[in-house]
Amino acid sequence: MAEIENLFSKVQHSRDAVCRAEGLACVRGAMPVFEGVSFAVSSGQALCVRGANGSGKSSLLRQLAGLLPLAAGVLTPPELARNAHYLGHADGLKAALTIAETLAYDAALAGHGDGSALGDVAMRLGLAGRDWQFVADLSAGQKRRLTLARLVIDPRPLWLLDEPMTALDDAGCALVGTLAKAHLQSGGMIIAASHEALDFADAELLLGSEA
Amino acid sequence: MPILAAICRQHMHLSWRSGQTVLAVSFLFIAITLLPFGLGPELKLLRALAPGLLWVVLAISLLTSLERLFQADYEDGSLDRLLLVPLAFEAVVLAKLLGHYLALVLPLIASVPLAGLLLNIEAARLPALVAAMLCGSPALVLAGGIGAALAVSVRRGGLLTVLIAMPFYVPVLIFGAAAARVSLETGLETGVAIGPYLGILAALSAASLLLAPFAIAAALRSALR
Repeated sequence: MAEIENLFSKVQHSRDAVCRAEGLACVRGAMPVFEGVSFAVSSGQALCVRGANGSGKSSLLRQLAGLLPLAAGVLTPPELARNAHYLGHADGLKAALTIAETLAYDAALAGHGDGSALGDVAMRLGLAGRDWQFVADLSAGQKRRLTLARLVIDPRPLWLLDEPMTALDDAGCALVGTLAKAHLQSGGMIIAASHEALDFADAELLLGSEA
Repeated sequence: MPILAAICRQHMHLSWRSGQTVLAVSFLFIAITLLPFGLGPELKLLRALAPGLLWVVLAISLLTSLERLFQADYEDGSLDRLLLVPLAFEAVVLAKLLGHYLALVLPLIASVPLAGLLLNIEAARLPALVAAMLCGSPALVLAGGIGAALAVSVRRGGLLTVLIAMPFYVPVLIFGAAAARVSLETGLETGVAIGPYLGILAALSAASLLLAPFAIAAALRSALR
């Protein structure tokens, strides 16, 4: 796993960055999902959002990513979403592309087109030697690993992860843990929704508990 | 800029890979091949109708391609990702539409001369027809994009897309077909005679270029909520 830790050795996010939410509320289809959610995550910290099905974990992450409007509350800094990665249930992978093409597109979207280190990324994510395999032929866990490539290729300070351990085997879960720790060490922030406890999380936020 | 180029390239790549390009061009040729059987083997009639028929077939192949313009991205989460690209979403939308234009509309227009010969059109009239299509087709794609974006969250929204986009297609077809008719009547001075028609088509495209990206971006944003 040492290679994975080194992935972020050249990356240094701002140490004074704080992501703060105050009194967030969410309404979906006229039904209130949650209200009065407040938390603060500072550089190097990870927050694990937990709660029952339908308690609004995914909605909260989508709000933080700027994909859902806030029914109430304030998010600071306002340009939060511009510096965030959002990995949701819909993975945004294209079945008609190969792994190599997917990684090349990830790199191009990140603004560096050279793609020289991509084979290296694939190897570290456990997808080595599959460059020409189509995404359509991958297992759910392999697809999940492929989406993790975005986190590595484009270093952004805030990661919003929705059920990051879904479909992953033990080695895959360990991989996410290692990536997350390396990211936190370089000053990043993580907000993850999860059913099970995440060992890299510093704090937990329980949704829907007041009811 | 390299990011927008990548988005445009990706759209072209997928459109080719998923067979959309081949499907649209085949549709054009199948329609043009079947038309003489429906209309009867009268060469004069076919020749007179050819430009109008080609315009209509072009518009319909384009309309059928619209359903998938944003829907695949909406369903698989790619749209979420494109919204988080640190660029104006309107520019991202424009890059995708450019990809659609290059991957689908240009091949369609490139097949028009050959399809026209199947309808017994005079070769001398082809340049005017193709020029009119080049001027008018951006408006078709941009207006179609509005329909596609508004219907993106509707399952099987293809019909809705077409219904929304169709009114915007009418002016383009009217002036496009008029340009073709005028080129038939004027002969030598064609270039001068169809100038105003090309101008109007280009103006429609320019106006759509100015307005459509904002409308499409707003529609897609609200669809994701």
